[in-house]
Amino acid sequence: MNGAEFVPLSLPPILIGILAAIACALPGNFLVLRKQALIGDAISHVVLPGIVLAFLVTQALDAWAMLLGAGAAALFAVVMIDVIKRVSRIEVGAIMGVVFTTLFALGVLLLEQSSASSVHLDVEHALMGNLESLIWLEARGWASLLDPVALASLPTELSRLALTLVLIVVLLIIFWRPLTLSTFDEGYAESLGLPVRAISLGLVMVAALAAVTAFDAVGSIIVIAMFICPAAAARLMTDRLRSQIWWSVGFATLSASLGYVLAGYGPLWIGLDNSVSAAGMIATVSGLILALTAVLGPKRCATTT
Amino acid sequence: MLRLHQNDQTLDPQSPLAIRGLSVSYGEKPALFSVDLTVAPYSMTAIVGPNGAGKSTLLKAALGVVPRLSGQVSIFGRALASERHRIAYVPQRASVDWDFPANVRDVVLMGLYGKMGLLRRISRDDLAIAEDALAQVGMQDFAHRQIGQLSGGQQQRIFLARALAQNADLYLLDEPFAGVDAATEAAIITLLKKLKDAGKTVVAVHHDLSTVTAYFDHVAMINTRLIAQGPVAQVFTTAHLQEAYGGRLATAQIDRLREAGHY
Repeated sequence: MNGAEFVPLSLPPILIGILAAIACALPGNFLVLRKQALIGDAISHVVLPGIVLAFLVTQALDAWAMLLGAGAAALFAVVMIDVIKRVSRIEVGAIMGVVFTTLFALGVLLLEQSSASSVHLDVEHALMGNLESLIWLEARGWASLLDPVALASLPTELSRLALTLVLIVVLLIIFWRPLTLSTFDEGYAESLGLPVRAISLGLVMVAALAAVTAFDAVGSIIVIAMFICPAAAARLMTDRLRSQIWWSVGFATLSASLGYVLAGYGPLWIGLDNSVSAAGMIATVSGLILALTAVLGPKRCATTT
Repeated sequence: MLRLHQNDQTLDPQSPLAIRGLSVSYGEKPALFSVDLTVAPYSMTAIVGPNGAGKSTLLKAALGVVPRLSGQVSIFGRALASERHRIAYVPQRASVDWDFPANVRDVVLMGLYGKMGLLRRISRDDLAIAEDALAQVGMQDFAHRQIGQLSGGQQQRIFLARALAQNADLYLLDEPFAGVDAATEAAIITLLKKLKDAGKTVVAVHHDLSTVTAYFDHVAMINTRLIAQGPVAQVFTTAHLQEAYGGRLATAQIDRLREAGHY
């Protein structure tokens, strides 16, 4: 594989896949520890009505409008879950399930309306993503990485995800202490005066931001897998939160790069002539990593007395 | 603050923890109804009462961990918000997931988060405080142990060490003796008495009526409402116990309890 082929066709989607995977894996660590992993699933479902609504309002496939719509829908869902939790005695897992399926169904209904209009919205794209299409047409080889003119034509998803990831990392560093403390012992955190509800909502909003930005680039399958698999696998590798985070970043990177390569070339290696969905393969690899750590991870046995 | 009206004058400025008219409800049923409590300075106060009487809720509501329907709380005569740094809360051991990826020292250092703020690095002094707190509960050799590998008694000691690291003036403990071994129970009570001798105030939700007289000097009995409060010798009486526990304790049992304390 030479640079002239790799740089324009494979490098951008691999990088985008890695960035999306890490952006989801970072908040995923805390969601898994808080036993809220389902919320990632919920968020990636409820973005559908948001995207469709944004599309219906603007009548165009504008990425920013759709991001905004998806973000608003995610926020709405999170607030709904919280409100229902407060006014009813329904178990929180059940509430999430109800809220996200209802909103997803609403999205499907809205979608029917949209198909009647002049511009067609591609549902498959929204759900599965299309990582393979995020290519860099101006690139001529490795040298293009130093060419500002060529760099300007990189897929916009790349810069959006890079920006999102930087923001998530900065927030994680700043709020590390309140976040870890309220994740481990919420009552104690509250006794110190920490705003635990705001922290919890903030974490979910960061997860929503990661989900929405990644979703736009890679589809919801990767989003759901990356919230849970790298973090869960990382927990089985170590007993310290800091190294768990690093392991999860490593697993996310490995899943995204290995998954992409396997999807593109794997079928050729075994004699088939077409490639498979990169998003599907990346999610599959992350699941396999989790399975491997569950069997071989050094900290796989629950240690609680 | 809205709470600055004449009722505040009834809150004792000397008391580390004074509560007036506290009501809390989960759903329809009140968990606490109009409870008044004034904790004596430098005392060791047991909060006793039957299951579901609202003992833990009382501590949590005093700390703002559960919302209160009505009532006022003052800490050393001032608003809770300005005095939080003087309180160390020890939640029930079972309230957290001990499989959390942290070691013993990580947890004890959490007691210093209030002091450290968001970004300040952990200093040599912080580590020394944590080590000292661990030594006080006899866990200095366990600093690097994963918390999930500890026994129930050891976990309780770690929670206590975290509270000690805060260097507070008022210690609020929720069932510190629940599910711990006898050695740990003895170590904890010795430590709490030492705290009291050092001029601190200790309030503990307590389950075991047979040790109230031996461990504590003050007691508050509650059963949704406050039944009685004051020095153990005056308040820990057959009549009050029967009122708090209803028919659940026979008179003969109560007599034994009272005698247990007087040896």
